[in-house]
Amino acid sequence: MYSKSILLVEDSATTRALIRAVIDEMGDFNTVEASSGFEALKLLPTQEFDLVITDINMPDINGLELMNFLKNNQRYSHIPLIIVTTERSEEDRKRGMALGATAYITKPFKADELQEVIKKELQI
Amino acid sequence: MNASKKEFIAEAEELLFESQQLMLEIQETYKTALNPDDVNALFRSMHTIKGLSGLFGHKGLSQFSHALESLLDEIRLGKIEVTDEVIQFLFKNLDILRSVVDLFRDEKEQDVTEHIKQIESFRKSKKGQVHGPGIEDMIDESITKVLSEYEEVRLKANIKGGKGIYLLKAVFDLATFDTSLDKLTKMIKTKGELISTLPTSAAVPEGSIGFNLMFAAGKQLNELKEEMKHEIEVLVPFKQGEPQPEKSQESSLRSITSTVRVDIDKLDRILNTIGELTLAKGAIKRIGSEMTTTYGHSTLVLDVHKISQTLERRLTELQDQVLEIRMVPVGQIFSRLAQVIRRYSKETGKEIDLEMYGEDTELDKHLAEEIVDPLMHLVRNSIDHGIEPVEERISKGKKERGNVVLKAFQKGSHIVIEVTDDGRGIDIEKVRKKAIEKGLLEPDVELGESEVIDFIFIPGFSTKEAVSEMSGRGVGIDVVKEKLSLLGGYIEVHTEKDEGTTFTLTLPSTVTIIKALIVRVGQGRFAVPLTSISETLSIKHKDIQTIEWKEVYYLRGEMLPMLSVGKMLNLETDKKDRSFAVVVGFGEKRLGLLVDELMGQYEIVLKSLGDYLRGLSGFSGAAEIGRHEVILVLDVESFIESVTKQRVVSNV
Repeated sequence: MYSKSILLVEDSATTRALIRAVIDEMGDFNTVEASSGFEALKLLPTQEFDLVITDINMPDINGLELMNFLKNNQRYSHIPLIIVTTERSEEDRKRGMALGATAYITKPFKADELQEVIKKELQI
Repeated sequence: MNASKKEFIAEAEELLFESQQLMLEIQETYKTALNPDDVNALFRSMHTIKGLSGLFGHKGLSQFSHALESLLDEIRLGKIEVTDEVIQFLFKNLDILRSVVDLFRDEKEQDVTEHIKQIESFRKSKKGQVHGPGIEDMIDESITKVLSEYEEVRLKANIKGGKGIYLLKAVFDLATFDTSLDKLTKMIKTKGELISTLPTSAAVPEGSIGFNLMFAAGKQLNELKEEMKHEIEVLVPFKQGEPQPEKSQESSLRSITSTVRVDIDKLDRILNTIGELTLAKGAIKRIGSEMTTTYGHSTLVLDVHKISQTLERRLTELQDQVLEIRMVPVGQIFSRLAQVIRRYSKETGKEIDLEMYGEDTELDKHLAEEIVDPLMHLVRNSIDHGIEPVEERISKGKKERGNVVLKAFQKGSHIVIEVTDDGRGIDIEKVRKKAIEKGLLEPDVELGESEVIDFIFIPGFSTKEAVSEMSGRGVGIDVVKEKLSLLGGYIEVHTEKDEGTTFTLTLPSTVTIIKALIVRVGQGRFAVPLTSISETLSIKHKDIQTIEWKEVYYLRGEMLPMLSVGKMLNLETDKKDRSFAVVVGFGEKRLGLLVDELMGQYEIVLKSLGDYLRGLSGFSGAAEIGRHEVILVLDVESFIESVTKQRVVSNV
C-alpha cells in the first residue's frame, strides 16, 4: 500500500517529471499528475489526497483559482497546499499564501529543499 | 544525451515554435486588434522555458529567458506598448534563444551576458506607467482576491475601456465539465474577453461542479442574457459608446491536452519491429504455398492462407498508422526558414517578401529534420546570389523588394517542395564556361540549357569565385543533391534570366519500409525501389542499338538509354538472347536497367549500409529478404546520373 497520495498539478511536462522524480526518490508515494487545473478538478473526487502541489501560472484555470476551490470545499479544505512559483512572481506568491497555501517553493529549486517542504507538510 | 535532457530540448523547441507562431500573429494584429491572449501565451511560453532551464541548471539560458520573460511581463501588463520596434526586438531575441537551445543540444554553451544586458536596457528604456482605475470599490473582494496579477491588469484595462464586467454562473456535470465549459468559454470569447474562470462547489448538487466566469463585454446585460441563455450578473455596468464589433470565433491556444510527445527513436523501433513482422508474414505466406503444393487444398492449408491474408491486411494497417503518427506539417520547417530569411534579409540589406503555401502538407518527421538544412541552403543561396541589390532591381524595372516563395504539395506518395526567387537567375553561359574550364565538358559539345545547369550539382562546382559568408560555409549545392539522393528523392532546377530560379525538391513523404522489385543478375540478387520504376519490359538483345557510344532502345518511338547492371558491377550474366529491362526514373531522365530475371515484388525494410560501406556508389542501402538473405538496394539516381552525365562511373 502507498503511504501517502500526492496530487501534482503542473502544465509543463518536464517540470512535472522532475518534481515527480524528486518525490519518487523519497519513497513509496502515490503521485497523481495533472497537466492542467481542469484535470486536477476531475482527479480530485477520485481518491483521497494527502497533499496538493500546484503551479500558479497555468492555462484554463490558474493555481489561485484551484486553491480557492479547494479551500472553500469541506471535503478538500484540510489538504495542505504547496505552491510552485518563480522568484519573479512575488505578487502571485503573496496572493497564494493569502488564499491559504501552506508552503511555497521557488523554481529553480534543489531536490532536498522540495523534499524538506513535502516532509513537513505531510508530517513524516 | 540523457532522456530528461532530450525531453527538455523537445519541450523547449516546441515552445519556441509556438512563440514564433504567436509573434507572427502579434505582428499581424498589433496595429488593429491585438489579442491580449496572444501576448499572455507568449509570456507563458517564455515563463516555462525559464522554469525548465533553471531546473536544468543551464544558467545562460535561464538568465536569458528570464530577461525576456520580464520584458514580456511588462508588455502583457500594459507597461510597455507593442510597437514595430518592440516586435523586431522580440523576433531578434527569439532567434538568439533558439541558437542557445541548439548549442545546448550539441553540448555547447554560448555567452549571452551581452544579450541579457541589451534586453534589460531595452526594457528600462521602454517602460512607462499605466494607471488603471481602482477596482477595490467596484468589485467584491471575494472575486478579486483570486485573480492573478495579470488577470487584475486585464480587468482594470477593460473597466478603463468602458466595457461591462459580468459574472456568469454555470453548473456542469463533473464527468463532462471540460467539454461543456470549453463550449461556453468559446462563446464568451466571441462576445468579449474572458478574464477569469473560478471553479466552485458552493451550492451545487453532488457530482457536479460550478464555475463563475468573469468576462468583459461591450454589450448590455439583457442583450447578453438573450444570446447566452445563462444566469449573468453585472459587476460593472457597460457604458454605452460606439457599438463594438464581435470578435471572430477562435479556438483556445492550449485546450485540455490529449496528446503525448514520443521520441522518434521509439517510433523507429516500432517500424523496425513491423518490418521484422512483415518478414515473418512473408515466411508464413511462403509456407502456405509450399503446403498447397505438398498437401493440396485441405482445410488446414486454407486456414493458413486465410490467416496469412488477415495478417497481411492488419500489418499494412499498423504500418500505415505508425507512419501517420510520424507525420508533421511542413509548416514547422517553413517557420524556421522564415526566421532565417528575416535575419539574412537584414544582414544583406535586401528586403524580402516571403510567401508560403501548403504549410499543412505532411511529411515524415525524420525527413523533415533531414530536409531542413538543404532547404536552408537553397534559401540562403536565393537571397545571396539570386535576389539582386535594390539599385539593380530598380534598373531592371522590378519591384524593390525581392520575393521568395516556399511551396509544398503532395504528389502521389511523394512530397514536392519548391523554393522560388524572383532574382537574376542562373547565368547559363557562365556555368558552361566554368564546366569547360574544369574539364567537365568538351568545348565543341552542344548541350541543352537544362543539361548545362545540371553541372552546378557536381561536387566542387560553383560559379562564385569568392564564396560568400552566407551561402558558402564550404557547402555547395551538390551537397543538397547528395542529401536528397540519400533520402530517396531528387532535385530539379528551373531558371530564367532576370526572372528568377525555382529549385524543386521531390522526396518520399514516408520512410523506412519500401516496396521493391527483386531482380537477378547472374548469381546476384538486387532490389530496385518500386517508386522509381515506371515499367518493365522483355527485350531482345539485337533490338538494342549503339548511338554515340551509348546503348539505346527505341521504346514506343522514344529513345531510352540502356545500362547493363551486369557490366556495371562486373557480374557474369546469363548467355541468352533476351533480357529484362527495368525502366527507372521520370520524365526526361529515364533509363532501362538490363537484368536477367524479375523475381517479384517484396516489401523491404531499408537499412543503411553502415559506416564501413558508406560512400559505396551504386547502392543506397541493404535489406533482408526471405530466409535471412541480405541483398543490396540499387541507387537508381546514381545509375541515371552516370548515363545522363556521360561520365564513366568506375566499377564498384
